[in-house]
Amino acid sequence: MEGLTLSDAEQKYYSDLFSYCDIESTKKVAANGRVLELFRAAQLPNDVVLQIMELCGATRLGYFGRSQFYIALKLVAVAQSGFPLRVESINTVKDLPLPRFVASKNEQESRHAASYSSDSENQGSYSGVIPPPPGRGQAKKGSVSHDTVQPRTSTDQQEPASPVVSPQQSPPNSPHTWRKHSRHPSGGNSERPLAGPGPFWSPFGEAQSGSAAADAVWSGHSPPPPPPQETWVSFADTPPTSTLLTMHPASVQDQTTVRTVASATTANEIRRQSSSYDDPWKITDEQRQYYVNQFKTIQPDLNGFIPGSAAKEFFTKSKLPILELSHIWELSDFDKDGALTLDEFCAAFHLVVARKNGYDLPEKLPESLMPKLIDLEDSADVGDQPGEVGYSGSPAEAPPSKSPSMPSLNQTWPELNQSSEWETFSERSSSSQTLTQFDSNIAPADPDTAIVHPVPIRMTPSKIHMQEMELKRTGSDHTNPTSPLLVKPSDLSEESKINSSVKFASGNTVADGYSSSDSFTSDPEQIGNNVTHQRSHSGTSPDNTAPPPPPPRPQPSHSRSSSLDMNRTFAVTTGQQQAGVVAHPPAVPPRPQPSQAPGPVVHRPVDADGLITHTSTSPQQIPEQPNFADFSQFEVFAASNVNEEQDDEAEKHPEVLPVEKASDSASSLRVAKTDSKIEEKTAASVPANVSKGTTPLAPPPKPVRRRLKSEDELKPEVDEHTQKTGVLAAVLASQPSIPRSVGKDKKAIQASIRRNKETNTVLARLNSELQQQLKDVLEERISLEVQLEQLRPFSHL
Amino acid sequence: MAVCVAVIAKENYPLYIRSSPTENELKFHYMVHTSLDVVDEKISAMGKALVDQRELYLGLLYPTEDHKVYPSYLLCRYGYVTNSKVKFVMVVDSSNTALRDNEIRSMFRKLHSSYTDVMCNPFYNPGDRIQSRAFDSMVTSMMVQVC
Repeated sequence: MEGLTLSDAEQKYYSDLFSYCDIESTKKVAANGRVLELFRAAQLPNDVVLQIMELCGATRLGYFGRSQFYIALKLVAVAQSGFPLRVESINTVKDLPLPRFVASKNEQESRHAASYSSDSENQGSYSGVIPPPPGRGQAKKGSVSHDTVQPRTSTDQQEPASPVVSPQQSPPNSPHTWRKHSRHPSGGNSERPLAGPGPFWSPFGEAQSGSAAADAVWSGHSPPPPPPQETWVSFADTPPTSTLLTMHPASVQDQTTVRTVASATTANEIRRQSSSYDDPWKITDEQRQYYVNQFKTIQPDLNGFIPGSAAKEFFTKSKLPILELSHIWELSDFDKDGALTLDEFCAAFHLVVARKNGYDLPEKLPESLMPKLIDLEDSADVGDQPGEVGYSGSPAEAPPSKSPSMPSLNQTWPELNQSSEWETFSERSSSSQTLTQFDSNIAPADPDTAIVHPVPIRMTPSKIHMQEMELKRTGSDHTNPTSPLLVKPSDLSEESKINSSVKFASGNTVADGYSSSDSFTSDPEQIGNNVTHQRSHSGTSPDNTAPPPPPPRPQPSHSRSSSLDMNRTFAVTTGQQQAGVVAHPPAVPPRPQPSQAPGPVVHRPVDADGLITHTSTSPQQIPEQPNFADFSQFEVFAASNVNEEQDDEAEKHPEVLPVEKASDSASSLRVAKTDSKIEEKTAASVPANVSKGTTPLAPPPKPVRRRLKSEDELKPEVDEHTQKTGVLAAVLASQPSIPRSVGKDKKAIQASIRRNKETNTVLARLNSELQQQLKDVLEERISLEVQLEQLRPFSHL
Repeated sequence: MAVCVAVIAKENYPLYIRSSPTENELKFHYMVHTSLDVVDEKISAMGKALVDQRELYLGLLYPTEDHKVYPSYLLCRYGYVTNSKVKFVMVVDSSNTALRDNEIRSMFRKLHSSYTDVMCNPFYNPGDRIQSRAFDSMVTSMMVQVC
């Protein structure tokens, strides 16, 4: 069969009819269904219809491809014109009027026919129903010329039915009356060669003549459509050509200027552009560009949102009923955020245009309009992608999914912008996460209170003095249970003071340690007195201990001081043998008893209870350590001191010394023990350290703070504890040496085991007590909150 | 399934009311109206309590009553109020399936979310009758398919 050459009008008409019949967009029309109706509407005898079908090859193929369909239509026209049906007549009959289909159902077609009527003026009659046929027609012709039926079909695929198919049913449905703005036949100017359509078309022509006036507006736009057609052909594949862009801006500019003034005219243009419906709802490049420009007029930032109010004003200009605008909004606001992104805006605009052209609004947003599917390149995949894909492409989604979805037109800037925008989001989110890191920061505020390596201090040999110091300290502790607390605030200052003083004291004597610790715990003056008293020989004569008193001292808590003393003693021990003896005891206590650990740390208790516990624990610590230390001397000392319950430190001191006293001290400690977390911590840490027998230097600092923490968790958490820990560290440091020195490894091990067990029990008790405390506090908090709620004025409205 | 869904504005005028059975529409209207009293009572009872999602759901408003009409329903009315004092009242027919509380809650959640979507529409003026098609379709899906 020879190729079919169609005039432009015919081309348009046929394509429209084909799309009408091609309900399934399969580019193939079954013989039954609409095609038959169509042919029957042609008012041709059945045999003629059959003949036509045979001629066009549909019978052979079993279906109507585009080419077959066109041939069939042409044959219908031939038949209607009275010419004999011949294959040759397809092209030989010139000036064949368009086939007429009369049946009621074919009103649309007749309308189409009318629209295609060779009313050269009314190119708008197509009103966007037909995508700019001209170019397409030309393309088609080209393909037809060298083709028979078969190749024709292939060409059909070339034209992704996009422009041609256009709204398959909607065009017919859309009342032509809607077309107040005669759609500029996308490039239709040139395609109105069909002359003499006959009176049949005249009525329609009149109707459309009115729109001719509007054509002038679009006349300038005729050029753009044709080129786009070519692109439409390869719509799915190629990004918008630059030509489109160049042409479009020009047209768009005109439109933009007009838009604000007369939305109607601009709407016309839009409609014209929207005529190029692909898959009835696809947005062409020109349209897209136009929408984007419109978007810019409202919202310069293409990645930003148009607030609902602005969008409302904008779309109200289109003079659509509010109800329909509301529906359009519902469809296009994909993420239901009350604002329109660029994609949403384009979709809404497209729907407005469609509605203006008479298309009924869909119940659901067409896939091609979903935010993600605006990308032209995705047009081919529109059908495949479920709606959820649109979600993935919604602006709220990850940037990568969005950027590809952006129309190729905007790929350059949107990608960068969007990605950066999203990146900022992610950054922001990540930054918020960084906030949580603060909690873990328990670094001591005061450098002085920071954990410092316990510096061995030579303790003064005067145990008694130490006891005094402890007593004094404990007394101060007892007197004001909050002394540790008080001390805490003043820790920094005092610590520094004490540190310096201690340093001066060179930590020779335990007294120094005591004094320093005393100063922390009780009145500075008091301590000072002691200090001075003790310092008399220590402070002024820093000869004793070369290393300044261990920083641990900062914890003024006397309980700590006991450990401090221990440290001192141990430190001293390391420095000097004598001191070692004395120092040992101090060093021991902190470790063995978890509750004791806080001894010096006691001063740091968060609450008043802590104090007591501190004191209680500290003594426990002391005894523990002494066990480890395994010094008879210390034991004696500890025993003597342990008996004196009042002072934690006192107990600590002695306990540090006496190994055996560990148990006693533990018991004594327990007596005074309260919910001192610190104690536990320190005790735990200390014993842990000691038990480890390893470098206790590291651990000691931690224990101070550790509440019931495992021995492993020896992290310096509290500045106050640091000092204590330092003391402990010193103690521990010395402790290991002690057993070794003693040479009773086995015994030491057993002692240490016992100590650890006691420590565990003590810690467990502390834990339970603390838990109870916590519960109470929480209950209190809840009750307070309830009261607050009751008091708060009703703010329901 | 619900046989009647109503959205009442803060001022106690209906923004949206729809019944599934074509007959007795008026009766449903009355039922909803009477339910409003119960709703208001519950709101005031809450006092200054925190308003959270849980408390937006008011639960069964009125003891079940027999419809006493030829299709004898066992009707239960449930209420739900939003923070802005917009009330949702739903009449359900429990004769067939005893709807669990969770299901009712989920239905109210859907209603609430659809309502917020309607609110987000700039073309919707608060106080207007709800004419959103999306809202309609959602309500239809919830309502029992009677004839």
